[in-house]
Formats: sequence, structure tokens, C-alpha cells
Amino acid sequence: MELIQYALDNLDLLGARMLEHIALVGVAVGIATLTGVPIGIAITKNEKLAKGVLYAASIIVTIPSIALFGIMIPVLSLIGQGIGYLPAVIAVLLYSQLPIIRNTYTAINNVDPALREAARGVGMSQNQRLRMVEIPLAVPVIMAGVRTAVVLNIGVMAIAAYIGAGGLGTFISRGISQSDPRQLIAGAIAVSLLAIIVDFALLALQKRLTPLGMERAAETA
Amino acid sequence: MPIQSLKGGFRLLVLVAIFFAGVWTQSSGVIGDFLFYLPDVQFLAVQHLWLTVLSGGLAIVVAIPLGVVLSRPSMARVAESLMQILNIGTTIPTLAVLALSMSFLGIGTVPAVFGLFVATLLPIARNTYAGLKGVSPALMEAAAGIGMSPAQRLFRVELPNALYVIFAGIRTALTINIGTVPLAFLIGAGGLGELIFTGIDLYDPVMMLSGAIPTALLAIVVDALIALIAFLVVPRGVNPSRA
Amino acid sequence: MIQLDNLTKVFDTPKGAVTAADNISMEVPAGEICILLGPSGCGKTTTLKMINRIIRPSSGKVFINGEDTTGLDTQDLRRNIGYVIQQIGLFPNMTIEDNISVVPRLLGWDKTRYRERAREHMDMIALDPDAFLKRYPSELSGGQQQRIGVARALAADPPVMLMDEPFGAIDPINRAVIQDEFLKMQQELKKTIMFVSHDIDEAIKMGDSVAVFREGKLVQYSTPDDLLAAPQNDFVESFLGEDRALKRLNLVRVREVVSDDIGTVSPGDTLETALARIDDYGYQNAILVVNDKRQPVGLISRALARTTKGFCRDHLQNVSATVSLDDDLRKVASLMFAQDITWLPCVDAKGRVCGQITQRAMTHHLGSRFRPGTTDASSSHVATEE
Repeated sequence: MELIQYALDNLDLLGARMLEHIALVGVAVGIATLTGVPIGIAITKNEKLAKGVLYAASIIVTIPSIALFGIMIPVLSLIGQGIGYLPAVIAVLLYSQLPIIRNTYTAINNVDPALREAARGVGMSQNQRLRMVEIPLAVPVIMAGVRTAVVLNIGVMAIAAYIGAGGLGTFISRGISQSDPRQLIAGAIAVSLLAIIVDFALLALQKRLTPLGMERAAETA
Repeated sequence: MPIQSLKGGFRLLVLVAIFFAGVWTQSSGVIGDFLFYLPDVQFLAVQHLWLTVLSGGLAIVVAIPLGVVLSRPSMARVAESLMQILNIGTTIPTLAVLALSMSFLGIGTVPAVFGLFVATLLPIARNTYAGLKGVSPALMEAAAGIGMSPAQRLFRVELPNALYVIFAGIRTALTINIGTVPLAFLIGAGGLGELIFTGIDLYDPVMMLSGAIPTALLAIVVDALIALIAFLVVPRGVNPSRA
Repeated sequence: MIQLDNLTKVFDTPKGAVTAADNISMEVPAGEICILLGPSGCGKTTTLKMINRIIRPSSGKVFINGEDTTGLDTQDLRRNIGYVIQQIGLFPNMTIEDNISVVPRLLGWDKTRYRERAREHMDMIALDPDAFLKRYPSELSGGQQQRIGVARALAADPPVMLMDEPFGAIDPINRAVIQDEFLKMQQELKKTIMFVSHDIDEAIKMGDSVAVFREGKLVQYSTPDDLLAAPQNDFVESFLGEDRALKRLNLVRVREVVSDDIGTVSPGDTLETALARIDDYGYQNAILVVNDKRQPVGLISRALARTTKGFCRDHLQNVSATVSLDDDLRKVASLMFAQDITWLPCVDAKGRVCGQITQRAMTHHLGSRFRPGTTDASSSHVATEE
């Protein structure tokens, strides 16, 4: 009950931090989508390059976020941005590459060869094939990648509170350092709820973006 | 860095760069600074690994049987809704898991291991379930048709065919685990996080890197190790990485 | 008209260069269907796909209606050639209407025109536009999907169509239906069509001409009847199968074999007259009874006529079957075998008896083309290398 009282008393702050959290993740994943999708499409043209890019991206994801922050701080300190939101945004940007590039690559690559041949056969140019057939078919899978990236990075952003990036993680870090279970639990629950709700919201969006014909195909399958 | 794979002039350039980097680090005394932390790194890395082995091992031992049980036909009704819950569980950030674990169990190794255990458990259980459910029904029918008992079907047909997916789950889970262990320092369980977080607080880059670089390397090595085990253990016929 | 001039494709494989199509020269006259036939890997599909450059030719030229296509832009070329593939390849993200109008849209037609055209094509392929245009490919059966595939290929009214085993993935019953529909459509549309198949029966049914391929070479190019009657070498002969004479039954119509010399009696004649006429004509077992409109009403058997007295009308036995002039010999043979008889009466469009067809006449007709020394059988369209 103490917890609810705390949450109600600090509703403004919770809301502000949550918005901050969403904004940081949103901007970073947004940028990551703008880079990841074209990269994912580009590497479908060259299998060797694709392997290299995906390998590099998977190594990046393996690096624990706090370690990545630790490595970035001295580097970014050179331009006076060692702590704060810049390393956080860069980390989110990097972590987002793997799910987005991989899903884009896989989705475009998995387009049925018969469809590709049909698209060529009716006289579509390479750009028309991408625009009219391949990308529409890949959108749900790309969206799934974006969703994975967002959920993953809501967690990363929580840790980024320790390098002064703000967001909901601030409640957790203060809760721990001040031994204040109210802040701790409020922060933990808020960030968990955010992740769960965003996950569902993006799933709904993903379904909306699925071309109607494929959605119906999935239902009858 | 596979220097051998680089070509000609570029390779030379890299070697020269490494050489000068070495000269600079020597002259600036950074190496000495790092060496200062070496005993700490050794001690904390062992502690770090222990946390992983304990929580990860526990998670594997619990999650795989859980996945197997849930995938049995008799559990079908419960399984789907339970999987939904597990799916939601995996979206909860690990920091939040640790924080909640701490707020119920207090400070120390036990809440840390428990938090890590929970975070690791979910992906493995999920993949075990999905892997077993993904075994082709035709295969199962054939296995039943030649007179295998349910146990024989599980051990000779289902598990070998699901193994690749199960390993993928273990790999994801342990990567998450190793990445979360540094956070365990925050709730008083030690590990390499001690150097990172203290380094951040004191703004001591050398200390920070002494923690961050071994943590990153540990993660990459463990990930590669699991991949190698999967490569060797999963039967060749159902192993995409050996196809 | 499609003309291939020394069309060649050499693939570079790890095991060395493989010639998939070796100097293919042939010509398909305007408005005809030419079937490219052969076992898998014989080069028929490669040849087809070089025409719309899905596979780029190593050398040689393709002419369409006399125009050399070498200089044409690939996309323009393809938009002017209808293309149907075995996997159908309807775009699952588009409605049926969008699928059918994809080529007109690429060509920049205006909306009302291509929408109208889509409706016309739905009528042509016997699918209700109102029920289907707004649906998605996944909601249709395989047979319906391939009908849409054909409509898509026809949408911009290309003079030429390429079809790569278009009906190969459809179940046998539906396949026959679609083949018939397609032939009916072709009678109106008169497209010039190249059609890949590995099914001899389909080739014989659909083709105005058949080109048989083997190991990248065109080995025989002739009409289906000539192909079956006079295979040019052992390979073609064995590929056609030992029952190739039977397959020809499909190609021959009753009117080509019918004999108008048929003895009949009328219901008012006596059985005595009937017996006399049976003997006159040398019939083995029976004679046909026709009414004054020459419609068949029954049979009088030889045994009956010999042992009984009276009028024919009182002793009629059922006519088991008749055939019409446009039936093929396969149907005739089947009726004969099923009823253990050696002749059948033929009727014209108004149901009047106009002759008879006998087993002997059939075997004679088919056999005449097989006899050694008859050179007229090898009337290939184009001389082929051996």
C-alpha cells in the first residue's frame, strides 16, 4: 500500500521518466530501422557480405550492455559526451541492428523464388519488385525485428540510468542506492509494464501492417 | 581479430597500428594501471563465472524438463496459456527482474542467483517447448507406427530433432545471463560489474575498462563455446550449421 | 509468330561448362500452340525462359512477329509477353484484381481501363468477377489460382504467351477441365504460345505442334499426329512410349475413318428381309434398324432373324451405343472394348445415321502411317539436326 501511495504521489515524475524512456528508445530504434532495413536489403545481393554483417551484428548483441557503456564512456569522453543520453542512444542503435538487419535479410531472402520469377516475368524492374512484392511481403517479419529491438532496448535503457541517461531505470538505481524499496519496486514494475505493453502494441501494429492476403493465408493455414 | 585473413597492405597497416598502440600504451603507463587491477579482475571473473554457472546450470536443469512436460499432449490445455505467461515474462527487462528479486529476497548472492535463474529459465523453457512441438507430426506418427513407447519417442525422436532449437535457447539464455551478471553487483553479489560500476562512479576509465573488456570477452567466448557444443552435439542430419 | 535463331545457353558450373540449349532454331506460326516436350534437364525450360530473358541467352536471337528482340529493353519485352509458370506465382499481398491488372498498371494504363479489363478476363476464365476480384490468392483453390495466373498473363493482351508447365501442379481432374477451357479460349484469342510440358498426353492434346528436346538439342519438331506416327529416332520413339499408336486415337476423329456404306432395315421390314440384307453386306452378327428419319431405333441379330418369323418392329433389340462424327477414336475404341463389339453406328449432328465405324477401319487408318516406306509421314516443320 505504501507502494501505491508512493506511485500516486510521484505520478508526474513516473510519467515524465516513462516518456523520457519511450522517447530515447523510440528515437534510437527509429534511426536503427532507417539504417538496418536498407542494410538488410542490400546484403541480400551478396551472401558473403551478408554473413559478415550478420556475424558482426551478432557479436555486438553478445556484449553486455553495461560493458558496452563502460567501453564507450572513455571514447565518447573525447567529445565530452561520456555519460548521458548519447552513449545510451548509440548502444540502443547498435543492439537494434541485429534483429532488424537479420529479419529484413531473412524475409527478403525467403520470398518464394516462384514469386520473384513471376515478378520478373511480368516485367517488373528491380525497384518495382522490391516495392510491389518483396517489401510488402517482408514487412511483418521486419516489424517483428523492430519489436524485438524495442523490447530488448527498453531493458538496455533501464540500465543506462547508471550512466545518467535518465528514464525509468533512475527509480531502480536510486531505490538500490537509497535502500528505498518503494522506488525500486515502482521502477521495476513500471519498466516491466512498459515492455509488456509496448510488445503488445507493436504486435498489434505488426498484424495491421501484414498484407491482408497473407493474414488470411495464415488463418487458413 | 583474424589478422591472417586481412590482405596485403591493409594487413601491414594494422600490424603497424598495433605496434604503435603498444608503444603508446607502454609509454603512457596505461598498462601499469591495468596490471594494478589484474588480481581484482581474476578474482571477480571467477566470481562472475560462478554466478553464471550456478544460475545458468540451475535454469537448464529446470527449464528443459519443464519444456518437455509442457509439450506432452496431456498438458496441451495448460501449456498454451503458460507459454503466453512465459512469453510475457521474457519481455521484462533483466534489471527489473533483479530489482524485484532483491526487494523480496534482500541483498547478496541468493537473490542475484535467483534473479539470474528466472531470466535464464524463460528462453530455455520456451525453446524446448517450441522445439518439441515443432517436430513434424509425420515423424511422430512413424515413430508410433514402428512401435516406440512414449519414452522412446521422446528420447530417440523428439529430443534429437528438437536439440538444435533447444541449444539456440540455451545460447540466447546464457548470453542474457552473462550480460546480466554485472548487474548482480548492484544487489551485492560481486562479479566484474564491481569494477564497471565503481569505475563509472569514480570516473576511472581504466577501472571501468578492466571490468568492461573482460565482461565483453567472457560473453563472446561463452557464446562461441555454446555454439561449438551445439555444432558438435546436434546430429548432423538435423543441424543447419553443419548442412 | 515466334522465331528462334540458333538460340544457345551455356551454363558455367563447377564441373565445367554445360550446354543447356544447343543452337535451337525453330518457328511457331502465329496463333498456334507449340509444346516443348522432353525429360527433365533436356533444355525445354531453358529455351522457353530465354525468350523473355528470365534466362539470358549465351548466343542466338529471338524474333517476335518478325522483330528482333535483342535490342529491346528487358522489362518492355516481358510486359509484352504473357508468362505463366507452374508454381503460379500470384502475389499473395495483392487482391485477385490487383494481380490481374499488374501488367496493365506497369504499362501505365488508366484505372478504369484496366479494371474493366480485369472483369472481362474473369468472365473469360469462367470465374464470377463480383465473387473473386476482391479476394486474395490464398482464398482460392489451386485450379482457380492458375486460372487467375492465365488471366494475369493475358491482361495486357500480349500477342505471345510463354507457359512453363502451367497445369502441372493441378490435380488430374481439374487439369483436364482447365486444359479444355484454355483450348476454347485459345480458339477465340489466337495467341502464339510456347508451352513446356513433360506430359506426352498433354502435348498431344494441347499442341498444334510438338518440339521434342533431348540433352539441349531439338530432336523433332512436327505435328502431334506426325510425331506419333513417325518418330524420327529411337529416343523419340521410346520417349513416346510403346502405346503411342493408342495415343493417336485421341487425335483422329470419327469422320476421318467413317464408312458411309451401311446396310439398314426399317421397322416395317420382315425378319426375312433383314436376314437377306445381313448376308448381302456380310455382317457377322446384326443389322441396324432405322426409322423414316434415319434415326437408330434398334438392332436385329443374325441369330434371331434366322430362327424367327415376323416384322422387325416386334423384335427390336437395344442399340448399345452410337458415336458422332466429331468424337475421337479413343472414345470409339473404349466403347467397342467395353461391349465386345467390332462396329458402331455413326450419327450426325441431328442424330441421323450416316455411316459406321469398324475396328478394322480404325486399325487400318492408324497402321497405314506406320508401314515402312511411306515417306510422307516425316513432314517436319523445320529440318532438325540429328
